[in-house]
Amino acid sequence: MTEPSPERPASGAAVTAAAPAVDLWRRFRGDGVAVGGLLVFLVVAAAALAAPWIAPQDPYDLTAIDLFDGRLAPGEESLSGTVYLLGTDDQGRDMVSAILYGLRISLMVGVVGTLFAVAIGVLAGLTAAYLGRWWETGLMRLVDFQLSFPAIMVALILLAILGRGVDKVILAIILVHWAQYARVIRGAALVERNKEYIEAAQNLGFSRLRIMLVHLLPNCLAPILVVGTIRIASAISTEATLSFLGVGVPITEPSLGLLIANGYDYLMSGQYWISVFPGVALLILIVAINLIGDRLRDILNPRLRT
Amino acid sequence: MSETGTPILALEAVGRRFERSIDMAERLLALFGRRPDRRTVHAVDSADLAVAEGEVVGLVGESGCGKSTLARIAAGILPPSAGTVRFRGRDVAGLGQTERLAYTLQVQMIFQDPFASLNPRQTVGTIIGEAPRVHGLATGPAVAERVARVMHEVGLDPSLAGRFPHQLSGGQRQRVGIARALSVDPRFLVCDEAVSALDVSVRAQVLNLFLDLRRDRGLTYLFISHDLSVVRHIADRVAIMYLGRIVERGPAAALFATPTHPYTQALLAEIPRLSRRRRRFTPVAGEIPSPLRPPPGCHFHPRCPHALARCRDETPALRPVAPGRWSACHLNDQA
Ligand SMILES: Nc1ncnc2c1ncn2[C@@H]1O[C@H](COP(=O)(O)OP(=O)(O)O)[C@@H](O)[C@H]1O
Ligand code: SF4
Ligand SMILES: [Mg+2]
Repeated sequence: MTEPSPERPASGAAVTAAAPAVDLWRRFRGDGVAVGGLLVFLVVAAAALAAPWIAPQDPYDLTAIDLFDGRLAPGEESLSGTVYLLGTDDQGRDMVSAILYGLRISLMVGVVGTLFAVAIGVLAGLTAAYLGRWWETGLMRLVDFQLSFPAIMVALILLAILGRGVDKVILAIILVHWAQYARVIRGAALVERNKEYIEAAQNLGFSRLRIMLVHLLPNCLAPILVVGTIRIASAISTEATLSFLGVGVPITEPSLGLLIANGYDYLMSGQYWISVFPGVALLILIVAINLIGDRLRDILNPRLRT
Repeated sequence: MSETGTPILALEAVGRRFERSIDMAERLLALFGRRPDRRTVHAVDSADLAVAEGEVVGLVGESGCGKSTLARIAAGILPPSAGTVRFRGRDVAGLGQTERLAYTLQVQMIFQDPFASLNPRQTVGTIIGEAPRVHGLATGPAVAERVARVMHEVGLDPSLAGRFPHQLSGGQRQRVGIARALSVDPRFLVCDEAVSALDVSVRAQVLNLFLDLRRDRGLTYLFISHDLSVVRHIADRVAIMYLGRIVERGPAAALFATPTHPYTQALLAEIPRLSRRRRRFTPVAGEIPSPLRPPPGCHFHPRCPHALARCRDETPALRPVAPGRWSACHLNDQA
């Protein structure tokens, strides 16, 4: 990174008055991979959100499902004359519909879980970095303690106690993810709090709350954004793993992980589509999110800027 | 003129230690009997300095001698670990909430790094207007008026209020920092290397701005620099610091003409003489000792050309040597 001469405005691209967010969008837009990832994600997310209107069938409505249509191959015609584009599962559910509804649940669990985990992690990380003392020591011990266990094990134990359910999976995701955020955000906040603008804010008699929320937090947004994005993908795969293992969402609201698990028994007998298509959907979703997060990291990391 | 009446700000025997945390490797070594390094840095050691209303006091010393720590203590950003800070005669440690805020706002700090000292996520207008708004010094449209007024006062075009710090030059950024300080109507500015990071041409402009503000607003300054020529330009009185201690103090003209302390003499010899053909610094002989383990006695003795035997274990006190002039050197006892 070359420091511009003090008398010349920095970075030519940013000479016009532009908020950092606008600046970020401008650089994001210029990155093919990032835009591609975002487009794929938006299409998948839109399809998932619109599932009730675009899905050929309501997979939760047992009256709409015909058991005689079970395990039809993609494109095969059923007795009633319906053609299922991606086939059906063992209970005769249309796979296209099941995947769309499954995506909905996977995305919802991932996004909601991540939002809460980020909120808790930000609160813990910011206050630990700024307030210090016993609060920081205590919180960070807790974080270290929690991160010393494999996340999936913690989640498994929690769900074994609480039982299945979408809300419980979200709770498990919050519990296993907040510590990671707390650590990342504390690290970022520790760097920022030693900069002189924080001292200047103290010198202007601002409250600790104002300094944390108005001065510290906005300057820690970059790592929050990057880690938050990447961790949505990891929250989605945590959910999928839990559901695959049979402790996640209930069978009445199948997520992608549960669909994969349902088809697993038939994989060996050549009825691949029940597992593989939900798997492909999950893969596309996770790869798209990871690409966005990865490019965001490159864009936001000043050390990688040329 | 300076040492009569109640000073606006007085540091009395102020000290500040920093504990260096011992890391894991050192803790392991300690198990095998290797004692960890000394952990405390005595950044400021029993410093006495009083600043009278309207005065400009310069504080000079090499890098790492504790100037910034002293500045932060004076501005109330950092609490001293020993001694008393008095604002208009009152110990600031005992101030109630409202009085504390008044002291905090009346003593404002100008920082060295014009980039790090501005919040990169705020516009210039927000940076300057936030404190008046939060403290109710201005409300509604009066905030923007106040911002425009101080921007004008520091020589910034008020149309820059919508810019972000990264869109400004170094000199402009430093002016934003000054405008931010002025927005709360301070009486006292602590300038910590406030022009050191600036281009030479801009440096003179900003120095002149400080002088204008002194005239127009009747401001008092603690002006810190490692550069004697800058201090000579602006200060009425000067204090020289070495490894956490103030070693000499006196009116600027007299101190520069006849420095009494060997360290001040060495520093003055270090100012490059432009008239010389070779523009080389005559450095103060020897390394600056680590503040972690300062030499005993007079901290300066390993580098002092006049060192006596007692200098190695007896700390010289800062004592008056002439009217208004103070010096901490054993040589003063012999005269
Ligand atoms: N926050 C801190 N923690 C630990 N040591 C510090 C801290 N601030 C300053 N020091 C130490 O105190 C000494 C004086 O530093 P400083 O006041 O910044 O000197 P100067 O401004 O004269 O260069 C240095 O040795 C520095 O390493
Ligand atoms: S006290 Fe001794 S060592 Fe210190 S400056 Fe004076 S003569 Fe030099
Ligand atoms: Mg300094």
